[in-house]
Amino acid sequence: MMNNYIVRFLIGSLTSIILGLLYMGIGRKFIARIRRCYAGPFYQSFIDVIKLFSKHSISHHWIMDFGIMMGFSGIIATVIFLPIGNFYVFPDMKGNLIIIMYFMTIGYLGMAMGVSASGNPNSPIGIGRALALMIGYEIPFALAVILLIFANGSSLLYNIIQTQQGSIYNWNLLKYPFAFIGTIIALQGMLGEQPFDAMIAPAEIASGPMVELSGKFLGFGFLQHASQIFLETGIITAMFLGGGTIIGFFTKQLFLYLLTLSIASVFPRFRFEDGVKFFWTIPTSFVLFQLILFLIKR
Amino acid sequence: MELYSTKKLKDEGFEQILNFFRKKSLWMLHYCTGCGAVELPPTMTSRWDMERFGMGPMATPRQADLLLITGYLSLKSLKRVIYTYEQMQNPKWVIALGSCPINGGIYYDSYSVINRLALYIPVDLSIEGCMPRPEAIIEGFIKLMKQIENGEAVGYKKYQENYKWYKQNQDSVLKREFPVLSGEEK
Repeated sequence: MMNNYIVRFLIGSLTSIILGLLYMGIGRKFIARIRRCYAGPFYQSFIDVIKLFSKHSISHHWIMDFGIMMGFSGIIATVIFLPIGNFYVFPDMKGNLIIIMYFMTIGYLGMAMGVSASGNPNSPIGIGRALALMIGYEIPFALAVILLIFANGSSLLYNIIQTQQGSIYNWNLLKYPFAFIGTIIALQGMLGEQPFDAMIAPAEIASGPMVELSGKFLGFGFLQHASQIFLETGIITAMFLGGGTIIGFFTKQLFLYLLTLSIASVFPRFRFEDGVKFFWTIPTSFVLFQLILFLIKR
Repeated sequence: MELYSTKKLKDEGFEQILNFFRKKSLWMLHYCTGCGAVELPPTMTSRWDMERFGMGPMATPRQADLLLITGYLSLKSLKRVIYTYEQMQNPKWVIALGSCPINGGIYYDSYSVINRLALYIPVDLSIEGCMPRPEAIIEGFIKLMKQIENGEAVGYKKYQENYKWYKQNQDSVLKREFPVLSGEEK
């Protein structure tokens, strides 16, 4: 029984990392094509990660090692609650949305603790911006989650997926289109893509949180971002696009990620306070409008 | 003083497998003092598309593998280049662009500009020209990749082994105790 769980855990976490890296590589080619150039092969991210782990790295404090590991494992701990197609790491948990939302912040907080200990003044600035933006996009996202919990009478992703089965017309995307628009904008902020990349801002604060990370630390940052892409597109696929079989689930995830990138590649950057203001007005009102419509209909 | 050469320090064994991945993902930090910086944006963006080789610009020395010196170096900026180089993590490589880091270029007789960069930090590859066109720069990158694959690009090991020699050269230009133009040179 115990072995069974360990194998399932390994399958879940490795799938998230490998597919996340694959999505990143495909995304780089996609952006390059938008800019009319070609970029490297689709497996470029794997090469980057192997190179990063082969480099020497410098640690400034044991808190830094600890924080980076906490950030990485926080995201992995969230991924194992996500239904990957029809595969569940813990078959009894069935993907509780409340747990997922609660655990998702641990990744960011771990990263914040790790890079703050690195001592470079740019990293706390970046982390401050990232956490401020998090308050911004969590509002529309949480409202959308509340809407779906209301509509399904359950906070389990399993039940939310079950009610969307049968036909494309059952998808929440078509049932609650305004909530979907709000959530897509929130996804843009979750992944830290333009116009909400003020926390990274390479030309301004020298890539923010990652400024002092070298070698394996940056490698773990890469892996964390990879499974973050998998996790966040996965949640929205399950919430609005009807989950699906394994292949269908991955295709929908990739579609969502490429949608995010195509928005990102044509936009400049918001100042982070403007970003938070934007999240609290436009996407939040979209989702609120849907919530009010739903309550009136009921 | 006995100096270690490239032949002695060549990469062997497991390093050579890792070198395959290293050459395919060179992240660079360009130190834009001289006019060579102007040739890099077209090299990076869609016209010449450097990302085909897995290369990309990085924001800080900690993340970078490759330091590009794009043009002449005054004594003040040499000090910063040395700081930057020492902050980078092994394995790391240096490419010098243009004729100024090779022999001083048009600044060969200036009191405040160094003539030969290779005396102060180990340069793996120099791309001559004033300034080299993006084609020449990409040619240089490919040559560096071949060197890395063969395990011959070991500038960082040379810097460790021959540190005394490099430090001596650095001190000879950076540690002046008298005004440069006072005429009291020893």
